[in-house]
Amino acid sequence: MASIPGHADAGHGHEHEHHHPTGFMRWVTTTNHKDIGSMYLWFSFAMFLVGGVMALVIRAELFKPGLQFVEPEFFNQMTTLHGLIMVFGAIMPAFVGFANWQIPLMIGASDMAFARMNNWSFWLLPPAGTLLVLSLFMPGGSGGVGWTLYPPLSTQMGIGMDFMIFAVHILGMSSIMGSINIVTTILNMRAPGMTLMKMPLFCWTWLITAYLVIAVMPVLAGAVTMILCDRHFGTSFFNAAGGGDPVLYQHVFWFFGHPEVYIIAIPAFGVVSQIIPAFSRKPLFGYASMVYATSSIAILSFIVWAHHMYTTGMPVAGQLYFMYATMLIAIPTGVKVFNWVATLYRGSLSFEAPMLFSLGFLFLFTLGGFSGLVLSMTAVDVQLHDTYYVVAHFHYVMVAGALFSAFGGVYYWLPKWTGHMYDEGLAKLHFWLSLIFFNVTFFVQHFLGLAGMPRRIPDYAPQFAEFNMISSIGAFGFGLTQLLFLYVVIKCIKGGPKAAAKPWDGAEGLEWTVPSPAPYHTFETPPVVK
Amino acid sequence: MAQTGKPLPLLAAALALGPGVAQAAYKFNMQEPATALGEQVYFLHNMMTAVCGVIFVAVFAVMFYSVFVHRKSLGAKAANFHENMLVEVLWTVVPVFILLAIAWPVTKTVLGMRDTSNPDITIKATGYQWKWGYDYLKGEGEGIHFVSNLSTPQDQIHGKAEKGEHYLLEVDNPLVVPVGKKIRILTTAADVIHAWFVPALAVKQDAVPGFIRDTHFRADKEGVFRGQCAELCGKDHGFMPIEVHVLSAEKYAAWVGEQKKKMAALADDPNKTWNLGELKKRGEQVYASNCAACHQPTGKGNPPAFPALAGSKVVLGPKQAQIETELNGRPGTAMAAFKHLSDVELAAVITYTRNAFGNATGEAIQPSEIKAARK
Repeated sequence: MASIPGHADAGHGHEHEHHHPTGFMRWVTTTNHKDIGSMYLWFSFAMFLVGGVMALVIRAELFKPGLQFVEPEFFNQMTTLHGLIMVFGAIMPAFVGFANWQIPLMIGASDMAFARMNNWSFWLLPPAGTLLVLSLFMPGGSGGVGWTLYPPLSTQMGIGMDFMIFAVHILGMSSIMGSINIVTTILNMRAPGMTLMKMPLFCWTWLITAYLVIAVMPVLAGAVTMILCDRHFGTSFFNAAGGGDPVLYQHVFWFFGHPEVYIIAIPAFGVVSQIIPAFSRKPLFGYASMVYATSSIAILSFIVWAHHMYTTGMPVAGQLYFMYATMLIAIPTGVKVFNWVATLYRGSLSFEAPMLFSLGFLFLFTLGGFSGLVLSMTAVDVQLHDTYYVVAHFHYVMVAGALFSAFGGVYYWLPKWTGHMYDEGLAKLHFWLSLIFFNVTFFVQHFLGLAGMPRRIPDYAPQFAEFNMISSIGAFGFGLTQLLFLYVVIKCIKGGPKAAAKPWDGAEGLEWTVPSPAPYHTFETPPVVK
Repeated sequence: MAQTGKPLPLLAAALALGPGVAQAAYKFNMQEPATALGEQVYFLHNMMTAVCGVIFVAVFAVMFYSVFVHRKSLGAKAANFHENMLVEVLWTVVPVFILLAIAWPVTKTVLGMRDTSNPDITIKATGYQWKWGYDYLKGEGEGIHFVSNLSTPQDQIHGKAEKGEHYLLEVDNPLVVPVGKKIRILTTAADVIHAWFVPALAVKQDAVPGFIRDTHFRADKEGVFRGQCAELCGKDHGFMPIEVHVLSAEKYAAWVGEQKKKMAALADDPNKTWNLGELKKRGEQVYASNCAACHQPTGKGNPPAFPALAGSKVVLGPKQAQIETELNGRPGTAMAAFKHLSDVELAAVITYTRNAFGNATGEAIQPSEIKAARK
């Protein structure tokens, strides 16, 4: 955690610097972007562990055919909560945590634009996470419906389902507030001379992501509210018997859900775009084209939603349109990958943990992109939809993509946050174990999906046994490896070699002009960017 | 039958690594297709994987070249270039053409998949929690209808017995179709969304309650093809397989004859008055295949989602309320409508629940009462 040096900048004295609360109340009442960033990151890690344990329950049950540990209802609840917790509780807050810490430091602002709302948007998260976990202890348990909450299955569930709906509402409010804050901060609080096209790419990716969040979170809130009404108030939005249509929900959900994929991926692109140039000691190749490619991805993400629904039975014209639109996404995504590789080319590369995770990201995210391209073909997707191929595909982009990028970001900025260098040897070990176990877990799932194993089943035919066993072994390895990450981070907070203001010789940007650890208040006088 | 797919050399080489080392269970690609469309899908997947593989190798050859050669530890000095309009344009435009080349054959296959016109036989597949019902609507076999349940014993699932060869992929009444005929499958569902998925036939179609969707296949070889429900539909989603038997025209005709005879024998006389013993006996069978998954064979249920029937207020209360529940379900709960069952079946199962699990009303509900309640 950042220490609180009691410095008072002459001429910019703020009275709140003197009587601020200490201990627990400091964290409850804080409006400091660094405190809030740290809380986001810790919350996200805690949720990552909770969601991870659920994944291990799933993999334990799937270790071999037959029902061994859990009943099918509970298994379904695990897959559902694992998805919701990882998406809304772990990955999204992690990147909001990075945004809180880094955006003000990167653009030379003293704090986020709406400091009190920032506090509120964080403190909405713990109640929402609690609601999700509490839903398990309701009569009938949580909703075993998949994170997509499709009706009419979700209208059948018990009260645990209502807990989930309200959790989604609260999580959505939190991310909307966080995003409004980020947009306002970036557009209004840049240091003099920092034009938009001079911003670090991480700020660009978050600016674009924040617009996506503001656009689609209300759509999700609307969709789950309609489920709530169908459940309790006698409406029939998604009930054919009352004139509704279950597939309508899927259209509304995926209108949110597809941009959501990029809400998770785009900030990850941003982190990697900071790290790769730093450790290549060479400027990012094609900065402008990166900005345009990211914007194109964001815009395209709004017009491809029904590629999640090829099997619902849409007209052939619809299937073809969504296929062509989906294929188009490969183009800006390809541009980004090519730019990253061109940045590496003829650089002067060194391989500290942030760089390793970024290279791992680049390699595996691209693989996930390719399996996405395979899935974009309607005819093939009809075969692979709702099989383990899809599970493998999205874990390549969510775990090897977003999560690896987040690990890279943590190692990259830990010296700035704590003032200490982390243990490089252990961090590298964390990378290699994560890389190996990740692939052991998920690569074989491609084969399961190709052979026709549906997802979300607690038991399976013997022909799927071998790959499932391999996958489960990998999952436990991956899970345990993350405890090593926790250890490295705690060790780094407690001590370690003193970090210089700029610990990475190739790093660029304003955040490296302030001391390490970053003082509680930074840039109270805006720096001037040439 | 045409040759399976046209595996490209790269993929063929990758797959060739398999057989020597691995047993049959390590399957690296899709199931062998049994339809012409399935072969197109198989080919498209292989082709796309190969195209992606080539691009992947090309791009990451550059990355790994840099990783191994442009190392700081080897004294590499960083260049300072960071822009090049020409390459940016090239790597934007070239992929467009690659995608266009791929989109063309896929479009043809998609158009073929969605062409459900002029079928030889039309069959309705209805998804129930958790089984499939089949109605032969048109073509040879018209009028046949049956319900298809998982036939794997519970003991195998719970590890109390050796698992059979077709564990979880076997049913009591398989769907039977003739070879070489265009079979149109209409899908719908009674409760929640299911999906009718048979990999080797390259068919997956959601079954949406209240709506009819369709798909089709034309199997070009005889055999047994197995699939599963592919859309999460609740507790026993993993336990509602699909088994399709593709028979020669003669064997199919024989099967149709046999089914018709069986159905005639089973047809219940609607005017017969049943006694309590007969109803309970029949009801026990109906209960086992329709109700036991949720309310459990013991009638103790799995509260709160699946209430107990033993000692239930509804079951021990006025019969009219129970008949109403069976026919229309309880909207907003897991209790589905069962109006697709016959009057006799409903009368029998209601009688059974009112006289089993320690319930002892002694009442015998007659099919005529169900018939009256349907109006």
